[in-house]
Amino acid sequence: MEALAISLVNAVPLLAGVPLWTVTLLLMVAVAAVILVFALTFEGVGSLVLRKVAGDIQARIGPNRVGPNGMLQFLADGVKLVLKEDIIPANADRLLFKLAPYFVFVGSFAAFVVVPFGVGLIAADLNIGIYYVMAVTSLVVIGVLLAGWASNNKWALLGGMRAAAQIVSYEIPVGMALIPAVLIAGSLSLQDIVRSQGGLLGIFGWNLFHNPFTFFSFFLYFTAAQAETNQTPFDLPEAESELVSGYNVEYSGIRFGLFFLAEFGDMFIVAALATACFLGGWNVPFFHVGTLPWIWGNLLSLGVFLTKAFAMVLIMMWVRWTLPRLRVDQLMRMSWKYLVPLTFVNLLGVSLWLLVFRGKGIPGMIASLFG
Amino acid sequence: MTIRTDALPTQEMTINMGPQHPSTHGVLRVILTTDGEVVTRAVPDMGYLHRGLEKIGERVTYAQYMPFTDRLDYLAAMNCNCAWAWTVEKLAKIEVPARAEYLRVIVCELNRISSHLIAFGSYTADMGAFTPFLYAIRERERVNDLFEMLCGNRLTYNYARVGGVSGDAPPGFLEKTKEFLDYFEPKLDEYNNLISYNKIFVHRLANVAVIPAEEAVAYGLTGPNLRGSGVPFDLRKDEPYSVYPKFDFKVCVGTGERGTLGDCFDRYMVRINEMRESVKIVRQAVAQIPDGPVRAKVPRLFKPPVGEAYFRSECPRGETGIYLISDGTVNPLRLKIRTGSFVTMNIFEKVTRGLMIADVVAVIGSFDIILPEIDR
Repeated sequence: MEALAISLVNAVPLLAGVPLWTVTLLLMVAVAAVILVFALTFEGVGSLVLRKVAGDIQARIGPNRVGPNGMLQFLADGVKLVLKEDIIPANADRLLFKLAPYFVFVGSFAAFVVVPFGVGLIAADLNIGIYYVMAVTSLVVIGVLLAGWASNNKWALLGGMRAAAQIVSYEIPVGMALIPAVLIAGSLSLQDIVRSQGGLLGIFGWNLFHNPFTFFSFFLYFTAAQAETNQTPFDLPEAESELVSGYNVEYSGIRFGLFFLAEFGDMFIVAALATACFLGGWNVPFFHVGTLPWIWGNLLSLGVFLTKAFAMVLIMMWVRWTLPRLRVDQLMRMSWKYLVPLTFVNLLGVSLWLLVFRGKGIPGMIASLFG
Repeated sequence: MTIRTDALPTQEMTINMGPQHPSTHGVLRVILTTDGEVVTRAVPDMGYLHRGLEKIGERVTYAQYMPFTDRLDYLAAMNCNCAWAWTVEKLAKIEVPARAEYLRVIVCELNRISSHLIAFGSYTADMGAFTPFLYAIRERERVNDLFEMLCGNRLTYNYARVGGVSGDAPPGFLEKTKEFLDYFEPKLDEYNNLISYNKIFVHRLANVAVIPAEEAVAYGLTGPNLRGSGVPFDLRKDEPYSVYPKFDFKVCVGTGERGTLGDCFDRYMVRINEMRESVKIVRQAVAQIPDGPVRAKVPRLFKPPVGEAYFRSECPRGETGIYLISDGTVNPLRLKIRTGSFVTMNIFEKVTRGLMIADVVAVIGSFDIILPEIDR
């Protein structure tokens, strides 16, 4: 960010008198605003797409009243959520009750900072990118637990407990399934991981096709991440038919809206991480984006990244409207008895592969055979 | 070393499930005592929908009571209509024209299909898959269209009459019915492919709330809940009424194909298979239906002779038995209705002990209870 600020000061002579830290700070605020706007737009469009896709899958029409073809439905919903009365139950712990949505919201949105949208489009290319994502998304657990506890409602409490147990259990397989990408790139930075999948191999440069273990670990990651973000078939914390609505049952108005937004944000983060770590991120197949002028290179890579990420989100929605829900003991068994051991074995497999074949993947070896 | 249990005392939690809860299928209230997620006791508390249907029966005439039977089980109003008509006809020994009986069987079986569709759909929704519910609604819509064509109503039909039915089938009704059957039968395979044998779905239902055959009989379960335990008891076969003996169909029983005999999955599968048998019955009835009048002559001021009658028929939610005492006036002296859902609730507390909260939902769904039948 500071480097960008320096180049900005150099480019615009008017800023020469302003202290550097002010420019940096202003830039940070601007970038944060852009990301927030993007995230909110994604949420709006995402919820619309979700409902349209759901309509298609479920043999019905979906929203078609507000705006052309129901396109403005998300605005109407947003306005409604903001205008609704904000009810706090009489016996709730007021402070914690108010605090909980922020934890969930921040935990979900802070992760957007390190999402590599394009060749130069990243808010902060932290050298601990993946680690950072895992850390800040853990904040969601605290928020969900607080919401369940502070509502003073037994259903909410059960939902909160379920969520805490589930998110904590599934964080391990999620992390373990992402490590193969880190090993191949030799870096925790998401930009480095994306760059390591570039080159002239096209889609065969993706980590997904690097070796059989990484192929497997993509699916492990996707399954575990579905559970970590409480998507169906792992949506137990908000199981409507069992827990009425789970940890957010007492929330209304914009506080409920924050939970809702965070859920969509999580969905995008999962899709973005899967794209960046396994599906080649913003790399355009058979083409080096860096050779283009800055603006066109970024636009092209942004388009590629978003296309992949949205495709993943659509798959998540498809799964969501297809499968029934697991029971809580089956969910725990799946994590501890299957996913955790499998991800560890998988990690071992990737490490051995990298050791034996000196970091080369199958497509790379085949390519080197033909010179 | 002894384990000190007083160091970390835990407490059982009492939760109200309902009367406003998405998966109690109405205003059923279940008082759950749970240890974490494990249910130690689940006591159903009934009566939130009590309307005094039996007492009302003593104040209205026999014909006037017909619309009230619509509200006895609003998902299978035709079956309840016909049950009332058959009871009164048994009491007064009225001969019903053959065409009317055929029409009654057709509507009863169509209504069984639409009722089982709701059972299937809401059950999958309870299990977290919302999509099959809408598929079921889509098919049920066609049945509703048929009934609307027949009697003008889509939920509370009020179609049967003492001595027949309210009107003959309009032209094109039987063809439309055949069309629906051709459309509907392949859908059952689609449901099985989509959800019935889904691994998660089977895992949620198999071996949950097993009711052995003796226990099912001892607790007086009837209908699909009894047959799910492997007891092939069906009033349409075992105590034939109306024109049912003329049709060829089989009694579906649970087989324990994915778990233990008598678990939730068996009860679910019985309903799916019964829809297929109902299709078979309607096909035969549509092919065989004779011409003729649809209503016997019954005096306007209908006074049955002094006496009593008990008639039971196979409704989608088990046996509906109606007991009538007549003192020779225009009103019944006493009316008692025995419904499948109410009797089923007896075994609820027993089978839910030790299950998880999510399983309680599975049990309620597998019993396919409906609240107006429980509370009347």
